Amino acid sequence: MLRATLKSLLARKVRLVLSGLAVVLGVMFVAGSFVLTDTLSRSFDSIFSDVYSQTDVTVAGKAKVEIDELDGEPVPSNIPQSAITTVSALPGVAQARGVIAADGATMIGSNGKAVGSFGPPQLGENWMGENELTQLREGRGPTADDEIAVNVGLATAGKVKVGDQVGVLTLDAKQRMFTIVGTFGYSGDRDSLGGVNEVAFTEPVAQRLMLGEPGVFSSIDVRATDGTSPEALKQQVASALGADYTVRTGTEAAADDAQGLKSALGFFNNILLGFAGVALFVGIFLIINTFSIVVAQRTKELALLRAIGAGRRQVIGSVLTEAVIVGTIASVIGLGAGIGVGALLAFLASKFSGGLALAGLGVPPIAIIASFVVGLVVTVIAAVMPALRASRIPPIAAMADVATPDRPLTKITWIGGVLTAIALALLGVGLYADGGIMLVAGGVLLTFIGVALLTPVLSRPVVGLLGRIFSWSVPGKLGRLNSGRNPRRTAITAAALMVGIALVTGVGVIVSSAKTSIAGAVESVDAQLIIQGTQTGPRAPTFAPAVVDQAKAVPGVRDVVGVASDLATVDGEQQFVTSVTDAAPIPGIYGSTAVAGSISSQGPDQVIVNADAAKEHNWSVGSVLTVQLTRGAEHRYTVSGIAPTDKSIGEIMLPAAAMAEFTQPALSLGFVRLDEGTAVASVQPKIEALVADNPLVSVIDQDTFTQQQSGMLDQVLVMIQILLALAILIAVLGIINTLALSVMERTRELGLLRAIGLGRAATMRMITVEAVVISVFGALLGVVVGTGLGAAVVRALRDEGFTDLTLPWSTIVLYLGVAALVGVVAAILPSIRAARLNVLGAIAHE
Amino acid sequence: MEAAGRTVLVRPDHDLFTRGNQVTASDPVAARADDVWKVYGSGEAEVIALRGVSVTFQRGVFTAIMGPSGSGKSTLMHCLAGLDSVTRGEVHIGETRVTGLGDAGLTKLRRDKVGFIFQQFNLLPTLSAKENILLPLSIAGRKPDDAWFDTVIKTVALQDRLGHRPAQLSGGQQQRVACARALVARPEVIFADEPTGNLDSKSGADVLGFLRDSVKTYGQTIVMVTHDPVAASYADRVIFLADGAVVDELHSPTPDMVLDRMKKLDAPAEVTR
Ligand SMILES: Nc1ncnc2c1ncn2[C@@H]1O[C@H](COP(=O)(O)OP(=O)(O)OP(=O)(O)O)[C@@H](O)[C@H]1O
Ligand SMILES: [Mg+2]
Repeated sequence: MLRATLKSLLARKVRLVLSGLAVVLGVMFVAGSFVLTDTLSRSFDSIFSDVYSQTDVTVAGKAKVEIDELDGEPVPSNIPQSAITTVSALPGVAQARGVIAADGATMIGSNGKAVGSFGPPQLGENWMGENELTQLREGRGPTADDEIAVNVGLATAGKVKVGDQVGVLTLDAKQRMFTIVGTFGYSGDRDSLGGVNEVAFTEPVAQRLMLGEPGVFSSIDVRATDGTSPEALKQQVASALGADYTVRTGTEAAADDAQGLKSALGFFNNILLGFAGVALFVGIFLIINTFSIVVAQRTKELALLRAIGAGRRQVIGSVLTEAVIVGTIASVIGLGAGIGVGALLAFLASKFSGGLALAGLGVPPIAIIASFVVGLVVTVIAAVMPALRASRIPPIAAMADVATPDRPLTKITWIGGVLTAIALALLGVGLYADGGIMLVAGGVLLTFIGVALLTPVLSRPVVGLLGRIFSWSVPGKLGRLNSGRNPRRTAITAAALMVGIALVTGVGVIVSSAKTSIAGAVESVDAQLIIQGTQTGPRAPTFAPAVVDQAKAVPGVRDVVGVASDLATVDGEQQFVTSVTDAAPIPGIYGSTAVAGSISSQGPDQVIVNADAAKEHNWSVGSVLTVQLTRGAEHRYTVSGIAPTDKSIGEIMLPAAAMAEFTQPALSLGFVRLDEGTAVASVQPKIEALVADNPLVSVIDQDTFTQQQSGMLDQVLVMIQILLALAILIAVLGIINTLALSVMERTRELGLLRAIGLGRAATMRMITVEAVVISVFGALLGVVVGTGLGAAVVRALRDEGFTDLTLPWSTIVLYLGVAALVGVVAAILPSIRAARLNVLGAIAHE
Repeated sequence: MEAAGRTVLVRPDHDLFTRGNQVTASDPVAARADDVWKVYGSGEAEVIALRGVSVTFQRGVFTAIMGPSGSGKSTLMHCLAGLDSVTRGEVHIGETRVTGLGDAGLTKLRRDKVGFIFQQFNLLPTLSAKENILLPLSIAGRKPDDAWFDTVIKTVALQDRLGHRPAQLSGGQQQRVACARALVARPEVIFADEPTGNLDSKSGADVLGFLRDSVKTYGQTIVMVTHDPVAASYADRVIFLADGAVVDELHSPTPDMVLDRMKKLDAPAEVTR
């Protein structure tokens, strides 16, 4: 029996290649993500152990605001000189030095553009001289206040050299000019540690620009005397300094810091795995179809086996064995390809992050395990249904032509309907009753399965209707009839395409609705000019609060409001907070009226919250909020007004004075309201001149602002489209596969058609029509389901600012067009095959 | 896997009437139909394919079933072999009551007691002739008996074709492989539905000769449906069906005798149609 299975598998290897390919692609995605993240995380490990290689114990101030890993880095409190003196005096301490190193030093390169990316930090630090890790390559360290040294990675990226004058942006919102007096690299001839850019100032300059205070440090680097263990030293330092400080050994600090990046990588990995999951889900459809068709084609063979004594379980076993073999082979190939892809992506990541030294390529055990589990489970699950069907083939089918009657679709339609209903219920609870993302995801998944089961019933009328477009020619008519011939097969093939298209359409609906909502929101604001930075790193570019006053003085300007934002701890919870230069103009600019209290004035101890936040936290006018900002002590603010949610600047708006204690004590956004009748173009250059000292900050009109926001959303959409392309590619493979198998199945029939005079070109046209009908049907389903899902999400997010529901018609039409094209492409190989049929051979074919 | 629990085989010697699966050699009946009715469809589309057929097939006898097209020959055979269920009546194979058996029972029946030869699609195209012949045994997880296998192969004259795929064999050779396959498992009874329907007279004669020999020499029981009077003349006994009922019977037939009976049957059958 096993031998019969193997032989039959070998004889049909071509047919199984395509279904195997679907698994290969999915597994490749899975293995690739694991290999990529593993390689990167080991590379980070080695960087951090290098960074702390000179450190026995490191001391940092406790952060005042705890921040979730995914929202950003917590900013530690500054350490006064006195703490260093205390540590230095301890026995066992050989040396204690104050270190200044903070993210947010952006150098402007020789082309006038900021150097850096969203990835690795841009550190501004004090020059501490050379050591085993840091080595000067050229020049010397900075000694004067207008001198800096930069690492070679940064110098190369910014195309600057020793002796050049460059601008650097720091906490101080203006660009400051410095002379580069030296460049440095790291042991092992490295130009950068993991792509981190470093700008080294003199100590006082670093304190002022990076920490915002003179005489303070971000950490203390402690070296033990010979014979003192880092552990023992850590205990000593910790007890000497007390609870306000975090004291760690160098090894612990390296592990901790690496862990932060690793959890970000883990998150990234999960996103990739999510997309891999989608691809595999689509793959399941493809495999189900392949196995079903193979089983259908083997009906006689299986019936013969049953007639000569094979039991049901043996038939099931034979189909499942086949699945296990296909799954195993596909897993092996997928794992291999995944390792390749992972290595390639790691290489690209290191290239684009400016030279992350990659730890050697590694294949973590989880990659291997996941590959095989996923590959095998997916294939076997997909083969279960066809295997059961195979076992129900009656032995009598081996005799002549016992037509297996078309099983009625009632049952599967019922199941599909019930599943869809459950899916909608899940979605409803998940979206509208805040049931959580898992419910939504489950609902979406179930929707796909439910609709897939409804597809056979839908396929009859819809395919009939679609096919009518092609019915003017005989081959077109034959193609249409063929695609309606086996509703289940057509349905599964189309459903596979539906999943990918539905997801891109859904995201498309959300994105286009977000765009119109933004445009609407922007237009409703009575601010003709917006001052805003182009973010190129983890920190938003800022401008000085003084700019607001200067802008107000420009003729034609009626009002200006500047906004700063940060994360803070409010009543013990992490919250986004804003601080505005002046609350008075806001109602005028937004056209808003207070929900309660007053929103047009704000005392130094008062806070204005929006209606949503007030509802969520039970705040009302008079409530007192305890707020801890990045710097300074805790403050208590009394709620003085509640603003309407869609017309407020943030949920929690602190008074202007609070800004000084923000991570970046400067403005990141400004609204300029002009006098009625003033031409925007006449004012714009004058305001631009005010922020000219920061090349990253620009003054734009409403249209440009909307376009910029849309542009960012479009980027997200494109990324999602790229990641979902794999799922769509697998669906295309499915169409090719179904057609190829149908062509083989209909060899006799095709031979007959050819014998009675159907030409080659006409044969090819017939197959192409069949393919186009199937793929357009799938895309139609996808567009409908995707639009529904997207609209549901948009409606659920109405309170979050999704005021408009806009369907991306042009993209939808594009998807349908692409689907038709996909059909044509998918038909190429099968139709060539059909056209090449030897007429005599086909008729004699047994 | 389902081989477990099967009765241990009697050591085969190749004498007449001695076969492995036989429970009691004294029981002379290999298969039996008692008042078998078969109705397809219902209402308007109702077709009565068999109307109370009762017939007994003796062990070691080669029986041919004849009758006009649509008279119910194939249906009777399918019902006898347990491939199809009967609407009324009972079917026995050897001691086993086929009627009412579940899928597992029917599978065991096909595996151990019944062999088939079809008109076409008898062989798995992917397996060699030898593998096809041994397939029933490997499905049942049984070891082939080498001596018996050689005997069978010699009888069907396939010694030098064993490695070939069905596609590389002529139609006659393919049918001989199918015969060998049916025989190698030593079933209680072999059912053949027009085994020579697709063959020329020379190849057909080869196959029929082989079937007759296996009855004469090894005591095999064979039930064969055929349209061909010459083919029927190879049998020991011919049963005539018309309109779903047994209407006549011949022993030790010659082609002429068969043709004669057929003519009589055909005439009224044409009229009724
Ligand atoms: N699955 C079925 N459903 C409905 N009617 C059937 C079915 N199978 C056979 N019949 C009918 O039963 C009757 C007997 O058919 P059967 O196949 O047994 O005839 P036959 O004698 O083998 O004919 P032939 O010599 O043409 O093979 C015919 O009228 C046929 O139409
Ligand atoms: Mg028949």
